Parts: sequence; C-alpha cells; structure tokens
Amino acid sequence: MQEFFVAKKADFGEGDRRIVRTGASEVGVFHHKGAYYAYANNCVHSGGPACEGVMIPKVLDVIGEDRSYQGQVFSDEMHFVCPWHGYEYDLKTGECAGDRRLKLKKYQVVDRGDAIYVIA
Amino acid sequence: MNVQTPVDDVRQLHFDRFSSSESLAKASEQARKRNYQDFLIVDIDSHHYESESYADVFQYIESPVLRRSFIESAQRGGRSSMLGGSVGYQDISGRITRHWLRKHEKVDTTTHHRDITTTKRWMDAMGVDYACLFPTPMLFLGTHPQVEIEVAMARAYNAWLCERILAEEPRIISMLYLPFNDPEATYKMVQDFGDKKGVKGFMVTSPRYKPVHDNAYMKTYRLLEEMGKPISFHAAYNWNDQSLNLLNRFISVHALGFMWFNMVHMTNWVINGIPERFPKLKTIWIESGLTWAYSLMQRLDHSYMMRTSDCPSLKRKPSEYMQEMFYSSQPMEMPEDPSILEATFKMIKAETQLVWSSDYPHWDFDLPGVIYDLPFLKEEAKRSILGGNAARLFGLDLKPVKNIPGGP
Repeated sequence: MQEFFVAKKADFGEGDRRIVRTGASEVGVFHHKGAYYAYANNCVHSGGPACEGVMIPKVLDVIGEDRSYQGQVFSDEMHFVCPWHGYEYDLKTGECAGDRRLKLKKYQVVDRGDAIYVIA
Repeated sequence: MNVQTPVDDVRQLHFDRFSSSESLAKASEQARKRNYQDFLIVDIDSHHYESESYADVFQYIESPVLRRSFIESAQRGGRSSMLGGSVGYQDISGRITRHWLRKHEKVDTTTHHRDITTTKRWMDAMGVDYACLFPTPMLFLGTHPQVEIEVAMARAYNAWLCERILAEEPRIISMLYLPFNDPEATYKMVQDFGDKKGVKGFMVTSPRYKPVHDNAYMKTYRLLEEMGKPISFHAAYNWNDQSLNLLNRFISVHALGFMWFNMVHMTNWVINGIPERFPKLKTIWIESGLTWAYSLMQRLDHSYMMRTSDCPSLKRKPSEYMQEMFYSSQPMEMPEDPSILEATFKMIKAETQLVWSSDYPHWDFDLPGVIYDLPFLKEEAKRSILGGNAARLFGLDLKPVKNIPGGP
C-alpha cells in the first residue's frame, strides 16, 4: 500500500473532486462538507467511470399519513452518479443505491496538513 | 511511503468539455484486455441526433411548400414545430452527462460531417468495426398526425444520410427509415434507396397504429425479399398510447413501451403467416431486449395448439418461426442467476440469431462485454453474436477494421 498525492488542500475546495491514477487503477477522491471520501473509479455495473458523474441528493417519494402520494423531495443523503448509465452511489458509504449489497471499493484518505493523500 | 503523483495522473473533472474517446476510455481498456482487435464487432443499433442537422436535412425536402414550412418552423424553436417531440426524460434528469455535454465535443468539420467523426470515435473506443446508424427523434415520427410529413421527412433524411454520411464513410451503415403510414411511399422508398451505398436494409419504427399484416405492405415485403435486404422493427415508446398513458414514470413507460409495440407487430407478423408468405425475408427485432421474445414464444405456442383454426397459414408452431428471425441484444436483461439468461439464449437460438447492439449514445447503452463476458458462451458463439451473425445478415467482410485507442 502506498500514499498517493491527491491535491494541496488550498487547491481542493469544498465540492471538488480529483481522479488519481494509482498504478493500473483509478481512485475518485471527493471533498464534501469538510470531509474526504475515496472510491474505486470503476462502476459495479459495466466498469464505467463511477466517480466522474454529477453529485445529486437521493430522491424520496413523500407519502402522507393517509398513505397518499404527496410528491417528491431531495433527502440529505448525497449521491454521485456514474455518467455512463446512471448507477447511483451513496457518497458516505460507496453503496449502490439500487442494491446496497453492491459497493465500490473504499480507500482511506489521509490529511497531511497542507495536502491530501489517498492510500491505495 | 508518500508518492508524489505526477500531475498527469491526477485529473480534475470538467463539466464544460467532452470527448467521446475520453468518456469511453474504460471501454477501450476493456476492448484491449479482451482482444477485440482480433475479431469483427458489428453494432446493429446505434444512433445520432439528426435534429442537430435539421438545417441541412430540411434542404432535401422535395416539396418546396413543405420545405419552406419545415425551415420556417425550425426558426420558431421552443414553441410548436412541424415535427413535434416526445415527452420523456431519457437522460435521468441530467444524470447521464454525455447527453448534455456532447455539444462541447471539438470536431474538425472541414472534411467530413461531424457525425462521422464522433461516431467513429465511439466505435473505435468500444472496439466496433461497423455501426448501423439510426436517427433519434425520428423514432417517434410514426405517430405524427400528418402522413405526408412522415413521408417528406423520411425521404429527406434518407437522401441526406446516404449522401452526407453513408457515401463518405464505409464503416457506417444503416437500415433506412420507412414511412410506414403510407404503404405506397414505403414501397417507393425501397425502390429508390435500396441500392445506395451503405444501405443494408430498411427499418420500421414500432410505435405506430398500422397493422403489419395489411395487404398494402405485401409488395414491399416481396421486394425486400427479392433484394435480400432485411426489414427491421425498431422499438420505442408512445407515452400518449392509451395503455401506456396509465404509467406515471419514465422508467415504467420505457420498460413496457419498448416491448409493447414489437410484441403487437410480432404477433400479427407470425399469426398472419407472413413468414410463410415470404420465407426468405430476413426480419430483425430491435431494442426490445430479449425476455419479450422468450415470453411471447411460449404464450403463442400455448394458444396455437388449441386454436390452429385461428391461424391456418401456420404450418409450424409460432416459436419455430420466431427462432428464424434476428434479435438485437440491447438493452440486455441481466438476471442475477445466469441460467435464466442462458435459457433465454437457448429459446431464441442466440448463437445464430442474436446480433449485438450498443444503442450508443442513448442512456442505457451496452458494451460488447455484455456478450463477451457471459460465462455460458464459448468463444465462437461470442464472436458470432458480436459480429459474425450481423456480417452474414448484411454481407460484411469478417476482417476487423477498427482502431482501438492505445491498441496494437
């Protein structure tokens, strides 16, 4: 295992992302709400660049107390979406939203003061 | 140990630029690993957005009156138009980024049409040698209320496609749009365009309300049979269809709509004995996946044994005719248990009748890996489905002509 440089913290602002080549593989590193997350940039579906799509919160159906449908809202659970086909992943866990048994490989992110590294 | 990663090995994301080759870099990686350069891959169903070339296409409209109407309507943008549109959100509300990023792709258009360059880029990236190119918005033209508009647009598009795309690039082929709501114009289309370069057959868009067994179409089927050119039925949805109108989400109308019209047309095709009347006419069913055929074969066979008097033209079970037709693979259903898919392959005689398709760049495209990675297929069967069957159908040379980025 090695630590790979991701970015200087000053250059890696809130909402930023980097794709880091770690040997033969790629890791997507996210900076979201003060925290860093890193996952394999390889969709569980057909191997697409899972970490390179849009970030969008999970969508919820609103069901009233009488069980009637009341519309849709965005939840607090942030997702990132594989741009090839739309497979969505929970940013905090790497779990696939459509089947939580499927997960992207998660990598440890290291904060070295002025720079961010990922262990891969 | 800290590794100071080279700058080239750390990428930032950009949502204001696009490259077909770069967005499919991982597909090229798969193509190299699986040695796609060693054998032929034919994509029997891919698309471009002809609406981006309307200014050129409209110039090919034969009637000066309609030509002016089309050109004028294009200026109005965002209000009403001659062609209308379809309700739907195929890009999953912006989640499929290539749908809105592709306009940023840089292309040198001084030598060839933009669509030739972008199409060849994704073909090479995936490992495709030949791609059968179809339009996109025109998939819904069969429900246009004005028959003469369908005819005018079909003739203009086909003339434009033949002259600007197919004549220029041998790796791009097509099955041309038939204005099926006008049987005479349909016949004339085959007569006029059947021998053009790159025209490998003809295509009927499935959402429409004319039965395929109508006597008015028999002379077209006969002509196609004589020419040895296949007829294909390309699925799509019509959310305004009375039954599909009950569905409230795109996922639902897509899942059912892309099967529904082909199930109706296939049923009429078989039960009315079209395969008996035109035994050498090659028939292809496109973009309905596979499970519909598996299901329909069993449904029709079951009823046929009790109701042979309802379909006296048939000399065999419906499934036996269906097993002689061709099926495009995308969107290929992927059950968790591969034995279920294996049974479907067996039912449709996939090794000789299935032809791989990508449907690229649409939202649910498939890579060749959906076939190549199947555990129950031998190498020879994989190669047949990925290219050999299509080569037989279209009369293509088996020699690969692709150029996979980073390949040998």
